[in-house]
Amino acid sequence: MSEEQPQRTALLVMGCPKVPVQTSLVLYLAHRMKKAGIRTIIAGTPSARQLIRVADPDGHYTMEMKDLDATIASLSQGELTVTDSYVFVHNDAGVSYAATIQFLTENPVTVIIFGEEAEQISLEITFSCKIIAESATHNPMSLKNKLEEAAPWDA
Amino acid sequence: MGCLESLPYEVLMSKISFKEARDFLSKYPEKYDVQPGYRMFDLNIIGVPPIRVAVDGESLIFPYTKPCHGTFLIRVQNATDEIARLRKLV
Repeated sequence: MSEEQPQRTALLVMGCPKVPVQTSLVLYLAHRMKKAGIRTIIAGTPSARQLIRVADPDGHYTMEMKDLDATIASLSQGELTVTDSYVFVHNDAGVSYAATIQFLTENPVTVIIFGEEAEQISLEITFSCKIIAESATHNPMSLKNKLEEAAPWDA
Repeated sequence: MGCLESLPYEVLMSKISFKEARDFLSKYPEKYDVQPGYRMFDLNIIGVPPIRVAVDGESLIFPYTKPCHGTFLIRVQNATDEIARLRKLV
């Protein structure tokens, strides 16, 4: 009798949607995860979620979307369990959210850092996680290529 | 999910970093470290551990982080129940 593998659930956490590359990269990562059959939850502020919803109205690339604060509450109360998380960060608040996700999930966290202060923000990460960083603001290609190298959908 | 707007709060500092919040709160004689996600006033506290909160009389001062606006230092008066809960953590 074969043992059934628990379903993989990836959490994609969006930060402030001020920097253009974020929405594009989240859609791309969600698409790759969905294609690989991984349950994918996107958590973000109302504005961040609307950017995704407008770009993907029929949900071709995305699956579930949740409010960021409600997701944190669900994780802290044990109502939501995820197997791996991807936190998009371009400011100090994003580092705080990434640390919170890392603490609450106790599973692998990848922090994707972008924006003009990417290098400085990388230095603020003192908790255990994988970091993918590039000072991209408008052009997502360098970070998209780094995501391709990491290929978390194949893990 | 909690909402800060439902609390009688005062903003002591705004748009600061989590380190600045921690340093400011360290100056208070009565202070506690809580873990990320700690629930207080029906809010989950966001931050890099250790997250410091301080007691000042019957007020509780804590960091409140929003994705687009950084960290705020919030003071809530008459917070006796939450203060009692914190003291029990020690």
